[in-house]
Amino acid sequence: MTKIELTVDGASVSDDVEPRMLLVQYLREKLGKTGTVIGCDTSNCGACTVHLDGTSVKSCNVLAVQTNGRTVTTIEGLADAAEGELHPVQESFRECHGLQCGFCTPGMIMQAVDLLAENPHPSEEEVRLGMEGNLCRCTGYHNIVKSVLHAAEQTSAGATS
Amino acid sequence: MTATQDRPAAEIGKDRRRKEDQRLITGRTRWTDNITLPGMLHLAMVRSPFAHATITSVDTEAAKASKNVVTVLSGKDFGEELGVCINAWPITPDQKTPGHSPMPADRVAFAGEIVAVVVARSAAAARDAAELVDVEYDELPAVVGIKKALEDEVLAHPDLGTNKSALWVFDSQDAGTGGEVEAAIEEARNGGIVIEREYRQQRLIPAFMEPRSVVVDPTGEQLTMWSATQIPHILRFALAATTGVPESKIRVIAPDVGGGFGGKLQATPEEWIAWAVARRLMKPVKYTETRSESLMAAHHGRDQVQTLTLAADKDGKVTALRVHLDADLGAYVAIVGGGVPVLGAFMFNAIYKFPAYRFECQTVLTNTTFTDAYRGAGRPEATYAIERLMDELAAEVGVDPLEIRERNWITHEEFPFTTVAGLEYDTGNYEAATAKAKESFGYDELRREQAERRERGDRVQLGIGVSTFTEMCGLAPSRVLGSLDYGAGGWENASVRMTPLGKVEVVTGASAHGQGHETAFSQIVADRLGVPFEDVEVLHGDTQVAPKGLDTYGSRSLVVGGEALVKAVDKVIDKAKVLAAHLLEANADDLEYSGGRFTVRGTDQGMGIQELSTATFAGHDYPDGMELSLDADATYDPVNFNYPHGTHLCAMEVDTETGAVKMRKYTCCDDIGTIINPLIVAGQVHGGLVQGIAQALWEEAVHDESGTLVSGSFVDYLLPTAADTISFDVVHTDEPSICTTNSLGTKGVGEAGTIASTPAVVNAVVDAVRHLGVNDIQMPCTPERVWRAIHAHDGDAPTPQAAMPHFEEGALNQDEGAGQ
Repeated sequence: MTKIELTVDGASVSDDVEPRMLLVQYLREKLGKTGTVIGCDTSNCGACTVHLDGTSVKSCNVLAVQTNGRTVTTIEGLADAAEGELHPVQESFRECHGLQCGFCTPGMIMQAVDLLAENPHPSEEEVRLGMEGNLCRCTGYHNIVKSVLHAAEQTSAGATS
Repeated sequence: MTATQDRPAAEIGKDRRRKEDQRLITGRTRWTDNITLPGMLHLAMVRSPFAHATITSVDTEAAKASKNVVTVLSGKDFGEELGVCINAWPITPDQKTPGHSPMPADRVAFAGEIVAVVVARSAAAARDAAELVDVEYDELPAVVGIKKALEDEVLAHPDLGTNKSALWVFDSQDAGTGGEVEAAIEEARNGGIVIEREYRQQRLIPAFMEPRSVVVDPTGEQLTMWSATQIPHILRFALAATTGVPESKIRVIAPDVGGGFGGKLQATPEEWIAWAVARRLMKPVKYTETRSESLMAAHHGRDQVQTLTLAADKDGKVTALRVHLDADLGAYVAIVGGGVPVLGAFMFNAIYKFPAYRFECQTVLTNTTFTDAYRGAGRPEATYAIERLMDELAAEVGVDPLEIRERNWITHEEFPFTTVAGLEYDTGNYEAATAKAKESFGYDELRREQAERRERGDRVQLGIGVSTFTEMCGLAPSRVLGSLDYGAGGWENASVRMTPLGKVEVVTGASAHGQGHETAFSQIVADRLGVPFEDVEVLHGDTQVAPKGLDTYGSRSLVVGGEALVKAVDKVIDKAKVLAAHLLEANADDLEYSGGRFTVRGTDQGMGIQELSTATFAGHDYPDGMELSLDADATYDPVNFNYPHGTHLCAMEVDTETGAVKMRKYTCCDDIGTIINPLIVAGQVHGGLVQGIAQALWEEAVHDESGTLVSGSFVDYLLPTAADTISFDVVHTDEPSICTTNSLGTKGVGEAGTIASTPAVVNAVVDAVRHLGVNDIQMPCTPERVWRAIHAHDGDAPTPQAAMPHFEEGALNQDEGAGQ
C-alpha cells in the first residue's frame, strides 16, 4: 500500500492504495466518484476521461499513485451542480442532443472541454480528430460533433459580448 | 393550482430537450456497476479458453486459499437452483435445442463459456483468484463457420447428432399470398433475367458502451436483481420459471442502462450465476464484465449466408424471389435465437410487388458465442439482400437503380397493400420519400460527377448507393407472435397516477436505455391530458414500480407503449369527467375537455384536471358510486405491425489504387408517420446509420479455426470513431404517411437507420467500381477487399520489381542500419 494525497474536484483526499490500482478504480471505488465510468480494458473507449492538472487523460491509463500531489477534475467537479450550474460544454450536449444512453458522455464532455481549451475555434474536422479517442455507440457522433462546435460558438459569443 | 391551464402550444412535434440529460451530463448516474450494498461480495468468472472441450476436473483449492476469497463454485456445485438459459422462440416443433446451463459441469461448447465463479471481498481479489482456478479440459473438435457446420462432420453438440437446428419455410403459393417461385424462375431463364447471388452477413457484436453488470440482493423479502438489461420484466418471468423462486418474490430493476441495441435482450448465464450465488451465500453480490468478456460472451448478431435467386422479365419487373438462409446460432439457441432470421422472412420482398416468393431458413449450431438480436434483428439482413439485388437487376437491365425500384414498388395509391409475405402495409409513399431524398442529396449532380470521373479515368471514383427500405416494427401483435410459436406476447402496459397536488406519474412497461422515453412520453401525456410537460414524471425499469410490461426492443416502445399510455390517459379523463360533472353541478354530456380543463358548454364555468386530482385526494365531495381515484392503467396489444420506410442515398469515393473508401455524402428521407420529438428522432437515425455503415465498412467478429474470438477487444473489433464518420443529411417527407393502426399515427424509428444504411453503402462502393468489372464486395468492405475486387481479373502476374523498391538491396529509401 502506498499513501497518496491529491485534490479531486476541489477537495483534498488521502488514501492508502495498492500500487497497481488505476486512477479510475480509485475514483470509483474509494471516492465514490461513479460519474466516471469504465467502458473497456484497452484504453480505446475514453469513457473514463478526466482532467489531470487540467489536461484530459484516460483514467484507466493512469495509476492512482501517479496522481499523488496532483489535481484531478471529474465530470462531477466540472461545474457546481449543487448550485445548478452547468459548464458550457455540458449545456451544449443537452442543447444539441449530444447524448442518448449517456454512458460515454462524461468522457466525451471532459475530452471536449480539453479540446476547446487547446483550440477554442475548431473546424468540424478538428473536432472529429480531437474526439477520436472517445467511442460512442448511440449517437453516430453527429450530435456530439455538433455539441462541441456549439459550445465553441457559445463561448466565443460570450467572450465578445 | 390553476396555472395548469395556460399551456404552451402542442408538445407533440416539439424538439424538447431531454429530461434525462441533466443527470447524465453531470455524472449523477445509477449504472448497475455503481451500486454498492453493505456486505456485498464480488464475482469473477472463470471462462473456457477452448471452443469445445470436456471438463475433466476443476481444482479450486488454490483460489479458495487466496486472500479475501469467500468461495469458489463450479457447475457441479449447483443443482436445479442454478436454472437454465431459455430459448423463448423455438421456430419449428422439431427444433434441435441443446440444453443451456449457465455454468455447465461437464462440457463447454464455446470459448468464453463459464466453468467456475470466484466470490471475493473485492472485484480485484476475485479476478486474481480466478487465475488460480485450475481447470483440466479434454479438447474436442470444434465446428466453426456455417458451411463447416452444414457438413455435419464435426458436431457442436455430439449428442444431437447434427448441427442443423431447424428449417423454417414460407412459400407464397402454400400461404395463398402469391404464385409458384420455381415456375417463375424457369420462365425467367428463358428470355428474362435471373440474378443469383450469395451474400454474407458477417457476424457483428452489439458492443453497447456500458459493459453488462448485475447485482443481486437476497437480503429483503423480495430477492432483488439490478441488471444492465433491456428486459427487466422478461427477466423476472424467466428467473421464476427456471429457478423455482415465485414471481412475487422477485424484483428486477434496470437502473440507468448504457445502450443495448438488442445486445441486452437476453437472459444471460452471468445473471443466473449471480442469482444462484447470492441465494447460496445469502449475501449481496455484484458481477461486472470486462470489455473482453463482453465481446467474447455477450451475444453476437447477424451471421448468415444468403443464397438468393431473383427472377425478372427483361424490363426488370421482378417475377419471383427465392431466399435460402443459413444462419449461425452459435453454441446455443439463445432467447430469441432462430427467431431473428425468421423476422427477416417477411421483409425480403420489402417495398415491392413481387408475385411469387419462397423463404427458407436453416439454423445451425457451431462452437462459437451464441447469436441473437442486434439492432434490426433479421430485417437488416433481408433489406441488404434485396436492395443489393435490385441494384444488380438495374445494372443488368441498364437503368438507374431508382428506376428499377420504381418499376417494382407499391405506389402510394395502392395502400393498404397485402404483400407476398402476407403482411398488410397500411400506409406509405415511396415516391415522395424518394423525390425528397434525391433533391436533398443532389442526385443528378452527383451522377454527373460520377460520369465525368469515369470518363476521365480518375484514380478516385465516385459511387452512388441507393436503399429504399421498409421494415415491420413495433413488436408485436400478440396473436401473430403466438402463430409464430414465440413464447410471449407483444402487448404493453401503462398507468397514469394523479398525485394529490396535481402532478402526473406515468408508469410504463417499456424499459428505456438511451431512447429518451422520459421526454417523449411526457410530451404525449402533456398533450393528451393537457398538463405542463414539466409536471409529468415517467417511471420505468423496476418491476416493483412498473409491475407489467414487455420491455424495449424491436422499435416498440413508442408505437406499442406510447399507445398504452394514450389509452390510460383517456381512462383518467373519463373518470375525472364524472367528478367534474358533480362538482360543477352540470350534466356530464354538457362537459367539454380541452387543454386540461373541463368546461360546461355555453358557460364560463370549468375545472382543471389537476384541481380534480386534489379534490379526489381530499374526498370531501364526490358522487355516489364513484371510485375515489382518477388513476388508470391500460394494456395495449397492437393489431398490426407498422411499416416505416425511407429512401437512403449514399455517395462513396473509392481510391482505385489503394482500395480505400471514403463517405462523401449521406442523405436519408425516412417516413415514420407522426413525429413526437424531432430531436430524438434525428438522434435515433444518426446512431442507427452509423451502426449500419459500420457493418458495411468496418465491423466483423472473427473466430479462428479453433473457435477463438480473434476480435476480442476494442483494439481488434473496429468500432467507428468520430474521425471515421461524417455529418448526415436527415430529412422527412412533407406529408408523412400516418400510421392508421395506432391513435398517435406513429411508426417505429429505432432501427430504421441500421436497416437501411448497410446496403446503401455497399451499393455505393460497388457502383464506384462496377465499370471495372466488380459486382460484389464482401462486407466489411475493407481497403483490402475493395482492392482485391478491383484487381480480381488481373491474372496472376507477379508484382513488378519496380513496384517494390523498398525491398531491393541498397534501395535509396531504406533506413540506414535497418535489420541490424
